[in-house]
Amino acid sequence: MKVVNNKIHSVDGLGILKGRPAFTDDLFEKNSLIIKVLRSPHAYARIVKIDDALARELPGVEMVMTYKDFPRIPYTRAGQGYPEPSPIDKFVLDEYVRHVGDEVLAVAAIDAKTCEKALSLIKVEYEVLTPVLDFETAIDNKDIIHPEKEIHEMFPIGFEPKRNIAASYKMHIGDVEKSLSECEYVVKESFYTQAQAHVMMEPHTVNARIDYQERLVIYTSTQTPYHMRRIIAHALEIPIQKIRVIKPRVGGGFGGKQAIHGEMFVSYVTYKTGKPAKMVYTRKEVFESTYTRHPMRLDVTLGADKNGALKAIDFHVLSDTGAYGEHALTVFMVVGSKVLPLYNKVDSVRFFGDVVYTNHTSAGAYRGYGAIQGNFALESAIDMLCHKMGVDPVEFRQINMMKENETSPIFAIMGEGTEGTAMDMETCKLEECVSRGKKLIGWDDIYPRVDLGDKIKSVGMAIAMQGSGIPYIDMGSATIKLNDNGFYNLLIGATDIGQGSDTVLAQIAAEELMTTIDKMIVYSSDTDLTPFDCGAYASSTTYVSGNAVLRAARKMKDTLLQEAARVLESKVEEIDFDGEVFTSKSNKSITLIDLSNQLTYSESQQQLSVTSSYVGHKSPPPFMAGFVEVDIDKETGEIDIINYVSVVDCGTTINPLLAEGQVNGAIVQGLGMAIFEDVKYSESGKLVSNSLINYKIPTRLDIKKLTTEFVDSYEESGPFGAKSVGEIGIDTPPAAFANAVYNGFGIRIKTLPITPEKILFALQEKERNHHE
Amino acid sequence: MKVNLIVNNQKKIFECEPGDFLLDTLRTYNYLSVRRGCDTTNCGVCTILFDGKPVPSCSVLTAKANGHQITTVEGIQAEATKIGKHFGDEGADQCGYCNPSLALTVYAMKKELNNPNMEEIKEYLVSNLCRCTGYIAQERAIKSYLGDES
Amino acid sequence: MMKLVVTEYLKPKSLEEAYSLFIEDKKNHIIAGGAWIKLSLKTANKLIDLEELKLNEITEIDHVIEIGSMVTLREIEINPKINRLYNGILSSAIHKIMGVTIRNVATLGGSVMGKYAFSDIIPVLLVLRTRLVFYKHGEMSLQEFLDNPKMERDILLKILIKRDLGIGFFKKVAITPLDFSILNIAISKNAEGFKICVGATPYIGKLAVKAMEYINGFKNVSDEKLLNCANLVVEEIKFSKNNRASKEYREELAKVYVKRGLKKVIANEG
Repeated sequence: MKVVNNKIHSVDGLGILKGRPAFTDDLFEKNSLIIKVLRSPHAYARIVKIDDALARELPGVEMVMTYKDFPRIPYTRAGQGYPEPSPIDKFVLDEYVRHVGDEVLAVAAIDAKTCEKALSLIKVEYEVLTPVLDFETAIDNKDIIHPEKEIHEMFPIGFEPKRNIAASYKMHIGDVEKSLSECEYVVKESFYTQAQAHVMMEPHTVNARIDYQERLVIYTSTQTPYHMRRIIAHALEIPIQKIRVIKPRVGGGFGGKQAIHGEMFVSYVTYKTGKPAKMVYTRKEVFESTYTRHPMRLDVTLGADKNGALKAIDFHVLSDTGAYGEHALTVFMVVGSKVLPLYNKVDSVRFFGDVVYTNHTSAGAYRGYGAIQGNFALESAIDMLCHKMGVDPVEFRQINMMKENETSPIFAIMGEGTEGTAMDMETCKLEECVSRGKKLIGWDDIYPRVDLGDKIKSVGMAIAMQGSGIPYIDMGSATIKLNDNGFYNLLIGATDIGQGSDTVLAQIAAEELMTTIDKMIVYSSDTDLTPFDCGAYASSTTYVSGNAVLRAARKMKDTLLQEAARVLESKVEEIDFDGEVFTSKSNKSITLIDLSNQLTYSESQQQLSVTSSYVGHKSPPPFMAGFVEVDIDKETGEIDIINYVSVVDCGTTINPLLAEGQVNGAIVQGLGMAIFEDVKYSESGKLVSNSLINYKIPTRLDIKKLTTEFVDSYEESGPFGAKSVGEIGIDTPPAAFANAVYNGFGIRIKTLPITPEKILFALQEKERNHHE
Repeated sequence: MKVNLIVNNQKKIFECEPGDFLLDTLRTYNYLSVRRGCDTTNCGVCTILFDGKPVPSCSVLTAKANGHQITTVEGIQAEATKIGKHFGDEGADQCGYCNPSLALTVYAMKKELNNPNMEEIKEYLVSNLCRCTGYIAQERAIKSYLGDES
Repeated sequence: MMKLVVTEYLKPKSLEEAYSLFIEDKKNHIIAGGAWIKLSLKTANKLIDLEELKLNEITEIDHVIEIGSMVTLREIEINPKINRLYNGILSSAIHKIMGVTIRNVATLGGSVMGKYAFSDIIPVLLVLRTRLVFYKHGEMSLQEFLDNPKMERDILLKILIKRDLGIGFFKKVAITPLDFSILNIAISKNAEGFKICVGATPYIGKLAVKAMEYINGFKNVSDEKLLNCANLVVEEIKFSKNNRASKEYREELAKVYVKRGLKKVIANEG
């Protein structure tokens, strides 16, 4: 292949590095009204009175918006396929505020100074209510977070707001209790995973203007422009055809921009006043008032027989979705659906639990999307089981894990929202990933540990899977049109949020049309100009959008051949095309350039343009094995990550460099969650970690070495054999690290993050117990 | 107040309030490559060169810049193209939001440090955060840029 | 994140002018590098920038290094004289503060005047017996300055460090390199003996006077005595918890790193 699976430069990296205006806040209209939001100082309160007369009268203030200004239309902020599997539980503004940072009211004014002055002139009287801050006491708590009568679910998701339950789910295969009773070895443990912040470098921002067709044109930093358009039309009662949403370059999303942020206020102000408006979130607002990862408690029971076969898995999960229920059910289900099939030879599986409301910042989509939480619990528990049995944890996995051409009954039962899709693993190179990874980390030279004097060196590992789009739901499409002078435009709805989809999709089209990437000009994510795409989530872009692009490219090729056949007076089957020249059997030829010019200007003129769509019938999982080598100080618990080895099966890497980048970036994000990232609240529910002073992400100095390899794998159903690679990298670090800590010191830490302090105190406690 | 400075080798007079920071003033005057990533001087995304030295423009008052030289990536396009080529070679570009400021800091580092090893490079660039790449590809690109004498 | 509201920004040409502006109004503030201004100030009347007052030089007079209060942290970090001082203890400490960009803006004067509890620099300056020179108050030790919260407004001119022969040790413990320390330890030894300072406890750096007395009472220091000294430090210094670490963890860290630091200093001596 000349373009696919080649180390091609991205189509946009250079221009962006050179400073070209490209991001949302580079593209606002001059004289935009500035919008600022007054945010709740309380974790749970009812607005009793708003005294905003002075603010409204202040010169330069265009509008003050309170909950009384909006029709009572509930929606979900979650960017998902319609009808959404999330509770419909949000109003633009409500009488209740449900977390510190929740929106009380908004002001639009001519500049930031006036906005701030206006906000300072507003007095709000609150009835402060008792917040629910412990998710383990949320169910049937006397304080009900969502008492509104208009909220509802779109279809049954277990929505019981009067009990503070946003969603619930249960499934089982076989009889777990019976299987466990017959198991020789049983491990029963509880794990806690924390909320994590995305910390994408670009804070959320949006701006809007009314164009000369009197339409609302919105530029927003989003992962889901089409869903945004639909939700805004619905919530603000604006005819959908009057709305255009454009996604410019996005400075990182990781799921944190998969849902509505400031679009409601900006759209409302511009639509009502006719004036352009903009809103830029401060980093504090990004922390407090956008989304986090769902923190969870996972109660895991595993059983194995005396021959070393894993027989039963029981997962009981409690998830904290915070103040609003975006992605509550779907993240919850992925904890099971994209984790449990890893061990497909069990007799029985049970997965069940609830997602509860609390007065925390809303949890939402975040790379991994439940799989990282589930992976931490399962892969830690597997190691614990192995140690109980006295077997090697790598060998145990090699016996019990999923292999190529196998399946799991879980696929048919659990989808993302409701039902799943049965599928065989036509590509699953886990075996190779594990054995290669073991070699690369030097497992046999270190496992379980090496005493370095002041420090202990140890290794730990975990395996993981994810998905590639949501079958029968996620749709992507692509339009390819031919220009004069033989180059193409590729119009795609798919959202590039920095993962390089513009480049990867251009590569797919260029490969199929046998041209070079500089002749495949990409334009993406404009609801007027590009065909529909569900958006950048569920690792769908390469597989779903990529297949749509491949189909469109094939269709274009067919169309070109037909035109060439006509011009060369030949049969289509007798035309040879190498991407640049059409040659007939009788040696007549025409170049693509000449053909395109003819079609544009001189003969049988027509615009060649094709559109194709794709919906997946399966979601072939990428797989990986992650291995970590750490040095930990015996006296202080301080941690040095020496090397992280990732061996990944994602099918063909359309762009090997960008694929490696996806894995490496995800590994580092996963390590952050494993070792120190922590969304922390005060006792009154105020976010303590609401700035980059208090919330830290990994730095260059934290990452010594990442060794990332891809195994040979070709998924027939994917474009040029590709699956997906956007999320898989984040799943293994927490379990791999927890397992390394155990291998090093014999201490098992079951709550994230696993900090040096936790390690030291666990070690000291172990030593105390040892002496007793 | 009026502030006289030299931006990318051009004499400029900026109109601003005494409490304005360079980041906002520069963006007002259309130097859109200079961007904001946080509220607290922690991310590095706003880095510009002040008399050739990398500083966080979110924390330098425009008034302080009176009489000084400011460089944004718009002012080092040839070098930025070179850096960008190395980034492309290594797949080090993802969302790109941190790239213009990183390019400026790398450019300043090349002038300031003599043949730095990887540890020294990482230390110099530690406050230029990146959430997308996991740093490794960036560091490969930067190492090869530093060795590029063309 | 509110905009900073300032009435006037001035760069006075003389110390007397700067000083009279400073004492004229409580809402007038001095800007050195301005590194912390964004985070600590919301409004000000006049901002007084000391840039024109030639306080940005490092010189040496009679074996005393004089660092102007406007010298940036970066300039100090790479200065060869400072690098050789007590095996680079001050450079090491500064090197670990945030990144090069902030260190190009932050000044030593600003860092000292701020009396920040998280400061990694103050413990080092304390074990180096640093003295300060103020415009009106004249010369005083850093410790005197820290112990006097009621001192009237004054302009810091320079920081004095005696360039004598000695060994230094500095350790910053932090969750990640760009974070505030959860503990820092500075140790120096010269002909007069050891000095041990513990900071970010989360309180500002404090000399462990009793522990120092103990260890300085011996000609030869065994491992057991090092351990005793470390334990004395933990008894003497006040530790507390905050968002980053518990009291107990800080105490454990202090025990370990005082012991290791003393050991290293002694090894370097020989």
